[in-house]
Amino acid sequence: MSTFDFIINNYRQVIYLIGEHVWIVSLALALATLIGVPLGMVITRHKALAARVINAANILMTIPSIALFGLMLPVLSLVGHGLGKVPAVTALVLYSQLPIIRNTYTAIQNVPPAVVDAGKGMGMSRWELLREVQIPISIPVILAGLRTAAVMSIGIAAIAAYIGAGGLGVLIQQGIDRVHQEMILSGALLVSVLALVVDGGMALIERLVTPRGIKIQQPRPK
Amino acid sequence: MITYEAVTKVFGEGPDAVIAIDRVSFTIARGQVVIFLGPSGCGKTTLLRLTNRLDSLSRGNIYINSQNIRDLNPVKLRQSIGYVIQEVGLFPNKTIFDNIAVVPKLLGWNKEKIRKRVDELMHLTRLEPDLYRRRYPAELSGGQQQRVGVARALAADPEILLMDEPFGAIDPINREQIQNEFLNLQAKMKKTIAFVSHDIHEALKMGDKIALFNQGRLIQYDTPEVILTRPKNKFVANFVGADRALKVLGLLHVRDIMNCSPSNIVDAAQTAPEVLKMLEQKNLRYAIVLAQGKPVGYVTSQDLKYEQGLCQEVARPYPLCLEQGTSVHEALSHMLMHDLTTFCVINDQGDLVGTVTYKSIQKSLQDFFADDAEAQ
Amino acid sequence: MIRILFKVNRFFLIMVIFGAGVAAQRTGLIDYFFDPFEYPIFIKLLGQHLYLVGCSMAIATVTGLSVGILLTRPRFKRYAGVGMYIVSLGQTVPSLAVIALAMSFLGIGARSAILALSLYSILPIARNTLAGIVAVPPALIDAARGMGMPPGRLLLEVELPNAMKVIITGFRVALIINIGTAALAFLIGAGGLGDLIFSGISLMQTDKLLAGAIPVTLMALIGDFLCELLGLWLIPQGLRLEKQ
Repeated sequence: MSTFDFIINNYRQVIYLIGEHVWIVSLALALATLIGVPLGMVITRHKALAARVINAANILMTIPSIALFGLMLPVLSLVGHGLGKVPAVTALVLYSQLPIIRNTYTAIQNVPPAVVDAGKGMGMSRWELLREVQIPISIPVILAGLRTAAVMSIGIAAIAAYIGAGGLGVLIQQGIDRVHQEMILSGALLVSVLALVVDGGMALIERLVTPRGIKIQQPRPK
Repeated sequence: MITYEAVTKVFGEGPDAVIAIDRVSFTIARGQVVIFLGPSGCGKTTLLRLTNRLDSLSRGNIYINSQNIRDLNPVKLRQSIGYVIQEVGLFPNKTIFDNIAVVPKLLGWNKEKIRKRVDELMHLTRLEPDLYRRRYPAELSGGQQQRVGVARALAADPEILLMDEPFGAIDPINREQIQNEFLNLQAKMKKTIAFVSHDIHEALKMGDKIALFNQGRLIQYDTPEVILTRPKNKFVANFVGADRALKVLGLLHVRDIMNCSPSNIVDAAQTAPEVLKMLEQKNLRYAIVLAQGKPVGYVTSQDLKYEQGLCQEVARPYPLCLEQGTSVHEALSHMLMHDLTTFCVINDQGDLVGTVTYKSIQKSLQDFFADDAEAQ
Repeated sequence: MIRILFKVNRFFLIMVIFGAGVAAQRTGLIDYFFDPFEYPIFIKLLGQHLYLVGCSMAIATVTGLSVGILLTRPRFKRYAGVGMYIVSLGQTVPSLAVIALAMSFLGIGARSAILALSLYSILPIARNTLAGIVAVPPALIDAARGMGMPPGRLLLEVELPNAMKVIITGFRVALIINIGTAALAFLIGAGGLGDLIFSGISLMQTDKLLAGAIPVTLMALIGDFLCELLGLWLIPQGLRLEKQ
């Protein structure tokens, strides 16, 4: 297939672009997690705040990605980073907030109250409860949120090529510009494969990290 | 009315196959309430679901009004049978009115007829129509939801009702009430009912006959009295409980065993010496004192010995009097509680209609079990 | 501590709106909109965008609902897992790739864009329809069947109403994604507000950029709001109540 040939012939550039793409997404995901997970945990204590925060994140995600890039351009231009990787990563971090915060919040909320009660009754402090009981039980769901965020970010990062962030979207962009079929297909193919691989990989990690006791509990539909 | 003929149901195939129902044969007569009773997994619910073809028979036949249900259209069949389940299954997206009206609508009744019928049913199940018609299931308590479930099953006035632990999810206090209401309803409607239960008390209370199952087999099919007094085997005896003599008392009412013309009655206006003389003459240990036909208490020879006034003045009051419908079980309980061997039975106006004594209770039980011994 | 966060929230919001207003003025956005030259173009592009979204959502909704419902029917239940897996794969593929692939195989223009958008929007609808119907309490299905409800009535009167909340959520997600992805349709010659955004970026014309970005954002937000209204209309009242 000529698309394959194209990739192989330009492997250096392709690898570089993959690297760029992965870098952007990983950085964004890391930042988003650092912000989102603690935030998700904090709002389990304050229900009123929880509704507002999740609402805000929801609104953020409603904004179409290209529009968000566009909206950030003038704003970030003021600090000299209207284009390039900075707005891309920023947008990705903002986008990833909803799945991460919501999943963290829901996961901790869904820890059976009986379990929390037992822990409290045994004399666990709030932090011990969080660390020993609530977080381990919540990990699968939190990871699921990260997975959603990751896959989403890979897709949006492709669009970020249009604001100069680099990554595999460049192949698609230039391919469309130059009407180069193989280039477009390579870009589309590579970014799809990347998304699928990451999705599958994280699904595997989810399964590995789920404490065995929880896995057994998973309800099987009749 | 409903005949089960060598009904068999097998789930799965080969070595893992489970025989849920094993060659069960019996008949439910018209107008009777038959309890399908047994421990978990005995097949009672499965048998119920075979009856309206929610599950399919593996072998055997089921006849309703002499028609083999296999020959009937399943959807039409189910529309002609009322079905109540433990979780009730009220449709949360419909109002109470719409819930009850489901089958009539399916049958194409006109609006006026449906409206009348729903109101009628809501009155019957003690749900004020004007109050609850427009409400939604989520706004009702568990007991109320269950009542709607019963009303819904009765909507098209089916001859047959299939009920699967309908009162199981209700708390014991409300359950007793709704059971009583249902019995009243059945007394009026005389439906043919198959009622699944795992509770022996419910079975004894609600059933005209009990079909006791174990591991898919029908063990005994008899009236509550017979099941209690003549259990077929150890399983049945264990299932009904070792206190089955006491349970038999639960089946009897005081009106069944009371003495309607007791000889030891005196009037409140009679004097103590008069009464004392009567006691000695008739060789009685005590007398019941009535004022205008209503019991006020009792007097013993001891009480009357040195008295001169009206016997009424030394009469010891009865802590309570029993109504005619009271179970003998309850009567015995009162006797034990108050350490009295006699109680008066009164009617709605409070007049004495008979007496129950400890001895009469003993005798009636003996009769029961003696019949049983004779029959064997 | 939390109280401070609350106050910051409101303050922040006001600052943002103010800043946005200033930016808008500075970038000439307001002037842009009043420019008689540009206005008709804007309306045309808006119309194109709405056309793309409308057509693809219509196709996606019909297809997605059908697939979702079909996979819950007894005959096809065994394919549910596989079906959902395939459709999920489709969603994992980035939107830009889907658009690009559509162009590669079908050429440029609105037709390819609508196909790409439809395919992309089917998943959330199909998946949520399936999940919603599966989540209907089995006791309801049992009671309905036991009463003699034919399968068609069962679907319409019991399964769908009780699954409606989840289905509408799926529709909402699909709609939002659709509106955003439709902005990319410009790249394959299908027009739409993406024209303004991408041109604005390449030409470094902030007013043009915002003239595209803000309406698209507003469209998404309004779409989200309309879905809430849709929910109010379609979700039966009985399912929105709290137990008293």
